[in-house]
Amino acid sequence: MILTRVALGIGLLFVVSLVIFWATELLPGDLATQLLGQSATPETVAALRAQLGLNDPAPLRYWNWLTGALTGDFGMSMGNGRPISDLIAARLGNTVFLALYAAALSVPISLILGILAALWRNSFFDRAANAGALTAISFPEFFVAYILVLWLAQTGLFPSMVRINPTTGLAERLYMTFLPALTLTLVVTAHMMRMTRAAIINLMASPYIEMARLKGMSPLRVVLRHALPNALAPIINVIALNLAYLITGVVVVEVVFVYPGLGQLMVDAVSNRDIAVVQAVALIFAAAYVALNLIADVLSTITNPRLMHRR
Amino acid sequence: MAREILLKIEGLRIEGRAGDGWTEIVKGIDLTLHKGEVLGLIGESGAGKSTVGLAAMGFARDGCRITGGSIMFDGIDLRTAPEPQRRALRGARIAYVAQSAAASFNPAHKLIDQYCEAPVIHAVMDRARAEHDAIDLYRRMQLPNPEDIGFRYPHQVSGGQLQRAMTAMAMACRPDLIIFDEPTTALDVTTQIEVLAAIRDIVRQFDTAAIYITHDLAVVAQAADRIKVLLRGQEVEEAPTRTMLAAPREDYTRSLWAVRSFARPEQPPPTDAPILSVRNVTAAYGKVAVLEDVSFDIHPGRTIAIVGESGSGKSTAARVITGLLPPKSGAVLFEGKPLPPALKGRKRDQLRQVQMIYQMADTALNPKLRLRELIGRPAQMYLGLEGKALETRVRDLLDLIELDPDTYIDRLPGELSGGQKQRIGIARALAAEPKVIICDEVTSALDQIVQEGILKLLTRLQDEFRLAYMFITHDLATVRAIADDVVVMQKGRVIEQGPKARMFTPPHEPYTELLLSSVPEMDPDWLTRLLDRRAALPG
Repeated sequence: MILTRVALGIGLLFVVSLVIFWATELLPGDLATQLLGQSATPETVAALRAQLGLNDPAPLRYWNWLTGALTGDFGMSMGNGRPISDLIAARLGNTVFLALYAAALSVPISLILGILAALWRNSFFDRAANAGALTAISFPEFFVAYILVLWLAQTGLFPSMVRINPTTGLAERLYMTFLPALTLTLVVTAHMMRMTRAAIINLMASPYIEMARLKGMSPLRVVLRHALPNALAPIINVIALNLAYLITGVVVVEVVFVYPGLGQLMVDAVSNRDIAVVQAVALIFAAAYVALNLIADVLSTITNPRLMHRR
Repeated sequence: MAREILLKIEGLRIEGRAGDGWTEIVKGIDLTLHKGEVLGLIGESGAGKSTVGLAAMGFARDGCRITGGSIMFDGIDLRTAPEPQRRALRGARIAYVAQSAAASFNPAHKLIDQYCEAPVIHAVMDRARAEHDAIDLYRRMQLPNPEDIGFRYPHQVSGGQLQRAMTAMAMACRPDLIIFDEPTTALDVTTQIEVLAAIRDIVRQFDTAAIYITHDLAVVAQAADRIKVLLRGQEVEEAPTRTMLAAPREDYTRSLWAVRSFARPEQPPPTDAPILSVRNVTAAYGKVAVLEDVSFDIHPGRTIAIVGESGSGKSTAARVITGLLPPKSGAVLFEGKPLPPALKGRKRDQLRQVQMIYQMADTALNPKLRLRELIGRPAQMYLGLEGKALETRVRDLLDLIELDPDTYIDRLPGELSGGQKQRIGIARALAAEPKVIICDEVTSALDQIVQEGILKLLTRLQDEFRLAYMFITHDLATVRAIADDVVVMQKGRVIEQGPKARMFTPPHEPYTELLLSSVPEMDPDWLTRLLDRRAALPG
């Protein structure tokens, strides 16, 4: 069953790669002309086309691109002629770092808040947590980011610009990226918290929850041991969606904090018409989405005894 | 009977939230239970039996509150005791066995983990001893593979076994009192006996006091020392079991077993051709065979009852007839002509001829539609009625099912009682003007008195419109009351079929005999005699 899921995921990714390639094919312009500029002679353009393999039929070029991408070779950037894999490698590391940082903050916070809100439902705490989370999610990201800059950077507590390079140490990195990570945490916590709360409360009317209470179990134990394990599937799925967002959707936050991540690279590449980079980043984003949802599916299966242990 | 008093409830009043206000659902109940004694609590749904049972644990469901009286358990007032003290008693000294074990076991944990939870948390014994103890109790409850069964998840164990595992779990801390809340209601008659016998034995072995809640007098008579009858939150009467059965004082109590006396007059043998015939049908879900070479005929104006345990293929036969499950081989003939096997292939008029009424009227009616639409839609779809004609038809149908059209036509299903909802199910089936109606366990979710009303209504409609009924049921009392022909099914095959009179007269096929002898009788010694007789039989 899990193998089927993985196979489906790979198949899906293949389809996505086709769509990406096809979509960029539709764009006007020619790589060789762009690289050489307006003053190039037709001979040099033709030579470069031949060298880049642009005269090959589309399926062959797709095949070369795909096999290259599978081995980590995305070709050359048109902007500066460097290998795209080099460009991406550092950026991808930064993006994953920021996503993990934000996830490490937001997932525990939202799970704990969600569980407590379910435990003390309709209490002051529940209302306050809900109101806070909804407020945070209602503001646009850049607004949250600037508010944090105003409060936490203007006072000199944290830097408002992220200056990191591959040699920056971990502690320094965590300090430097605290504000973007906090911004993202505020943005994604509401979804996960509210799903946790709703999934647990949804089960609180089940006969087996009443049974646990009639066995004299404490309210906390009822929620943690009897409700939570049965509520995991929806929670895991909403966490996966939010993690995917943290990898693919954070360009605004990157811009505000001048963070060198993949989102900025993609936006720059689009404005420079650096098609090869756009293709590569789009493929990586798609892969992240598919992989995270795949992991969520597999985890949901593993945590459900009815699927793991057949009769 | 001069034993110490374990539980004394006096003047218990409980309110339930109803809309904006509160209504009283338990109106001053007194109850005394001695150590080691079993008290049967019976009544229809809405009598407040479960609510009283839970109150004996100092527990009120969400939306309920205890407003008066005292609940003294062994010197502790459960009404005023602080919650941690009550929690310490629950599971340890007072345990609970729920109606549906399948729903009351947590699907995420193995049986033995759920067994060990109470003893370990209440610090009665450590995990190793609790596990050892669990296996011992599983054996005493006569569960198969007692060493291994605990290490399975609830979905891997059958309903009857789960119910016994739940009783074992309730015994884990050797409580002084167990509340059994309809523990056998959801089971087949044959399984019910096993569970009932296991419960009775274990309660006697450990000298545990029990409150046994049920709506079935014959069941409670086998286990209880005393019986208390409740009606709408009030006590009707209380007496020792034998006295109660021999000489009930109140009319209401008498009516509880009088309902079984309803019977449709014997019909002459059929003279005309069958309206619907099932011919050598074999069907399967995927690779799992569920019906093998099943054949029977349904005649106009007659009722054919299909009986058998769950898993015998009764409902699957209905699915084949309605076209929901196309058979692997065989055919369904309507008025001698074969019906297309799949629903999609059938014409509207063919669909109209066979209608269904479902077991759970609650879930079979769209809660967002008013009765006008619920009943009107089939009339509109099959008969093309519109406007005034449709309105008149809906009103006629409501009259037919004995609900006043002016009062009910604009109600939602949520505003009806269980019996009324089932009547709407009947009206909806009638709206299509069918010739055959399939009734799938239509009375099994209802109280006996309500059941009788539904059966009388169905019989009257049958005589009026010469309807053919196919009655799927596991309740042999219902079969006795209204069937003309009986088909006994087991594991997807027809074991025996014929006119009712012959089916209820010995000699029977062994399986039919097992089914018939498993129906509880109004006799406190019935279970003991039956078990002795079965034990005496070779094999």
